[in-house]
Amino acid sequence: MSNWEILWQARDEFWAGFLSTMQIFGLSITGAFLIGCFMLYLLEGRPSGGKLSLRVFIDGMRMLPFLMLAYLLYYGLPTFGIRLDAWWSGVGALAVYHGCYFAEIFRGSRLVFPQGQIEAAEAHGFTRGKMFLRLILPQIVMQTRPLIGNQLIYALKDTAFLVIITVRELTAAANSLSGTYFIPTEAFLVVIGFYWAVSIAMEIIIKQCGRFGAKRGFDHA
Amino acid sequence: MPETTAVSIRQLSKSFADVEVLRDVNLEVAAGDVVTILGASGSGKSTLLRCINWLEQPDRGSIHIAGERIGLDDSGKRMGAKALARVRAKTGMVFQSFNLWPHLNVLHNITEAPIHVMGKPRDEAETHARELLAKVGLSDKAEAYPGTLSGGQKQRVAIARALAMQPEVMLFDEPTSALDPELVGEVLAVIKDLSAEGYTMVIVTHEMSFARAVSNQVVFLDKGLIVERADPESFFDRPSTTRVQRFLENHG
Repeated sequence: MSNWEILWQARDEFWAGFLSTMQIFGLSITGAFLIGCFMLYLLEGRPSGGKLSLRVFIDGMRMLPFLMLAYLLYYGLPTFGIRLDAWWSGVGALAVYHGCYFAEIFRGSRLVFPQGQIEAAEAHGFTRGKMFLRLILPQIVMQTRPLIGNQLIYALKDTAFLVIITVRELTAAANSLSGTYFIPTEAFLVVIGFYWAVSIAMEIIIKQCGRFGAKRGFDHA
Repeated sequence: MPETTAVSIRQLSKSFADVEVLRDVNLEVAAGDVVTILGASGSGKSTLLRCINWLEQPDRGSIHIAGERIGLDDSGKRMGAKALARVRAKTGMVFQSFNLWPHLNVLHNITEAPIHVMGKPRDEAETHARELLAKVGLSDKAEAYPGTLSGGQKQRVAIARALAMQPEVMLFDEPTSALDPELVGEVLAVIKDLSAEGYTMVIVTHEMSFARAVSNQVVFLDKGLIVERADPESFFDRPSTTRVQRFLENHG
């Protein structure tokens, strides 16, 4: 039996790993996006001590290797009496970590948001929350579309780290098959194929979303 | 305060750093009045207009919109955000740079505040918006996005957007200053129509013949002081101060 045949026989394991990865990715990136939006809202308005602390937190996260955060949540928190299972530690770590990246991406776009539009909203009786949700955030998301696409790929790749804290996902499946049958090259090639396929699909979707912005003059491509 | 006073400005003063841009300004705008504010650049006229809806906060003095104080409550404390937004919604503002929301099409630019600020039902807001688009001559642009419009069209949409709030007073901050000369006329024509319909308006402008044609009160600001106020005929034909005479000579 060739190595490839062995892998074909084990396709159920790959598939289960793939589904698990997609579940972790879908949940954590949704969380990350919402966390990023919420942090951007918290940063609205005049500087304050709270906002400064949030900026320090965001920067601290961005400057931290993701694996350290996963370790910290999974191995570190139990010493404080908080025990999360590996799966939720992984999802939580990914959501917070990439949430901070999203916040930073959005913040950059918010810095150059036209003040005149804010004044127009104020003049029309908008309060902060509604103005943010209806006028600022939609434009910031459209404006940062390519960066969001990039971040999605980063987050997908970071799910692979979770194998180290024992999450059963795609990389874990490849790991275990390569260990059992000693066929690392083929096993990991298959996994690379999966990551590429998902990334390419996301890139295509994000690119298509550009049409929505282009109609509104946000994209010129 | 009588119901017929749309805007009442008392003893308004405002400084930016060391520069006093408004000094004890008093101005009454009756319902149906069209007041134009003239003056050289830096005379404080835009600041005065922007104080009316509290986009700038004056240092002293009071402003009432249709009898209701804006910015501070009656005991002089800062209004809460909700209360301020509610009083602001009684004014409609048109900016020099249009400031449309580019992610919304023309119709939704106009219905955005009526629906999400005033709580109007969507179909009612859209019907009203289409009437306003007809009024500004842009019925065919309801589905267009602001990025595809000319400056004159954008400004007419901005006027419709402000009118949709059914404001007590319309505030125009140099509405034609950012327009190509050949587009100025279409915007001024719309504002003239509004004055004929009895809208209360305060207009900061550099268009002298327009000011003369449209207003029933002209206010001239110089270094933050109102140095002359008069009906347009007296103002343009028999200015009483040398400052205004000089200004009018320079503006042909």
